[in-house]
Formats: sequence, C-alpha cells, structure tokens
Amino acid sequence: MAGAVRLLDQPEQQMHEAALIQRIRDGEHELFYELVRPYESRVYSAALAILRNPADAEDVAQEAVLKAFRHIRQFRAEARFSTWLIQIAVNEARMRRRKEHADLMEPIAGRRDEEGNYTPRDFADWREIPSESLERKEIRRLLTSALESLSEIYREVFVLRDMQHLSIEETAQALGISVAAVKTRLLRARLMLRDMLAPGLEGAWNRNVSFRKGTKPW
Amino acid sequence: MVVNCEQVWREISNFLDDDLDPGLRSTMQEHFQECKRCTAVLEGTRNVVQLYGDERLLEVPLGFDHRLHRRLDESLYPTRRTFFGWMVAAAAAMVVAGGFEVAKSLSSSRSGLRSAHAQPGHAVPPDMMVVLYPDGKTFHVAGCTYIHGKTNLQTVTAREAGREGYVPCVRCLKKYLQATASIGYGSDAS
Repeated sequence: MAGAVRLLDQPEQQMHEAALIQRIRDGEHELFYELVRPYESRVYSAALAILRNPADAEDVAQEAVLKAFRHIRQFRAEARFSTWLIQIAVNEARMRRRKEHADLMEPIAGRRDEEGNYTPRDFADWREIPSESLERKEIRRLLTSALESLSEIYREVFVLRDMQHLSIEETAQALGISVAAVKTRLLRARLMLRDMLAPGLEGAWNRNVSFRKGTKPW
Repeated sequence: MVVNCEQVWREISNFLDDDLDPGLRSTMQEHFQECKRCTAVLEGTRNVVQLYGDERLLEVPLGFDHRLHRRLDESLYPTRRTFFGWMVAAAAAMVVAGGFEVAKSLSSSRSGLRSAHAQPGHAVPPDMMVVLYPDGKTFHVAGCTYIHGKTNLQTVTAREAGREGYVPCVRCLKKYLQATASIGYGSDAS
C-alpha cells in the first residue's frame, strides 16, 4: 500500500556493501566511492533538512562522507551502512547549526505542543495526484517551501522517514530519539503538510502557484 | 469496537504505515467508509507521503557529486596529490630556472663587453696573438694605426681578449665583424 515502508536496500545489496566495507578496511580505499555513491543525495538532503541552506548542507554532506571514510572501522554490521552514514550527516548538521546559532531562525510551525493532538484544519477531497505534476518546477518548489516551514524536529523525522524511506526504527536511531517520538512527530509532520498543501485551503497552492482559484494544482 | 474521528486522526499515520493491530485497522476502515472528513484526511495524508517520497524531490545542487569526489580524492590520496604537486612545482621551477639561465647568458654576452655598443667578433682564431691596452675596448693586430702611440700595450691571445670583454678593432680586424656575427671567439668560446 502507499506509504508502507519501502526497503532502501535489498539483502543482496547489503551483502555487497558488507564485502565492500571489508575490502576498504583491508586497504582498497578506492572502493569507498562505490560504497557511498547510492547515498550521496540522501546525505545531502538529511543535512538540508536540518540546515535549510544548500551551501551549508553541501559542506556538511562532504564532511559526513569524509568522516564515514575515516571511521569506517567503527561501523558495526548490525546497522545499515546508509543509516550510519545519515546518522553522521545528522550529527554534523546539528553541530554546524549549534555553532552558527541557526536555531534562532527556526520556523514556529508546529514548534509547540508536541504532546497534544493535532486537529486537521482542512477536509477537502484531495485524492488525485498525477505523478507528472512533480515534473513542474513550481510544484517541487512549493513542496520544498512547505517542508521548510516545519520546525526542525518534524522536518528531520519526515525527511528521513518519508523522503529517504528509512524505517521508523532507523529514523529513531539516526536522530537519537525514541520510536514513540518518531511516530508522534511523523504524524504531526504529515498532517501539517497536508493542511498546508491541501487544495481546499486555497492557501499555499493558490498564493504561490498560478492556478485558477479553487482548482487542484495537479 | 468503535472509533471516533479524533482517534482516527491520531492513528492515521500508523494506518498508512501498516503499523496497527488488525482489529483497529479493520475498525478504522469501517469508519472511513462512513466518514467523508476522515477519508479526506486519509487521502490527503497519503498524497503527502506519495509526493514527498518521490526521488525527484531529492535534488542535489549541480556539480555536487563532482565536488564531493574531488574532496574525497584529497582525503583518499593525499600522497599521490602531494607527489603530483611536487612534480608540477619541480617542473615549473625548472622552466623558470631555465628561462633565467637563457636570459642571463644572452644578457651577459653583451653586458660583459667593455662597450655597450661594440659588436662581438665572429670566428676570431682563439690563438691569434692580438694587442690591447688596459683602458681600451678593442683588441688589434700589431701595428694597427689605432694603437699607434698607446702605452702599456699588452699582447694576449684573442681568446683571452674576448674573455676580458674586448672586441675586434673595426679597422684591423674588420673581417671578423660580420653582420651575422655570433657571440664568441672561435670554437673554444662559442
């Protein structure tokens, strides 16, 4: 069903990665490129989810990949390499943000009342999504803008879970929070985004995209 | 089991992730059949998950992978890079040094002459005995009118005279002052 967990790696790929990691540890350093290549964009998007600045995110992504290489001997096989790598990126991004006090600029959407229930604001019918709508740059920009308006605690969970397709447990591990916290934040992030993007609100869609009033953007 | 709308909203994320016990899941499905509002929330939330789950949203800046690999190169192959850098630096230094040497040899050939306007001789027999005087700029064959009455005349070989910066006399040694004259005196000095 839609929204169900999609596996990031096939078992064969995990075995392949384990073999690669062993050979890298044995000195075949050039194989690190092959190991890390499938996850380069994910490392970047994880950093971007926290920092919201493309230049900083790229720098942090590079640092994270380099750190993974330097500490490849510390990787334990019980975790996926991708989860470990993203965890490093998350930690690097958080350190960068603390250093630059960027949290002073955090959006307030959803910042408070994490424990309380979230009540949807919009109940318009929103069923059809032609996949080709994502080909349009303004649609992607709108989705990105809505995501950026979430506060960090929701944004990072949503990005790792729904965009990078980590499992709930992997998301919890990468962010260093409990499984329950991941579920709570994920629910709120999804509902907040839905409220922001639902056509019935005539909010974000109609303000930022030149669609006729009341019509769906897809 | 009966669930109200608020309970459905609390569990709607787990419903989408198929992370519910079968009983609650079945109850929610019954609720959706009767509640248009909750169905709208479910479908909208599903759309959000579907839209953001598309890899097209995981765009990276242009040239990101190139810059990342370049930085990896620097970390993975520091010795190779350093060695290469040294090679380039050494080659550049050799080119510069060679240039200096050429420039130096060209300039010294003229600046070593006693006269800035003098024309060096061409193929002067190095062992030919010539006459010069210490304050002069040219060397001559014995008896040249240009040295008539000069004191302190010295007789040396053309090679020695050339080394000291003397040039052939335009009168008595004119044949060695050709327009195509090159630097030096005989094969020994050229």
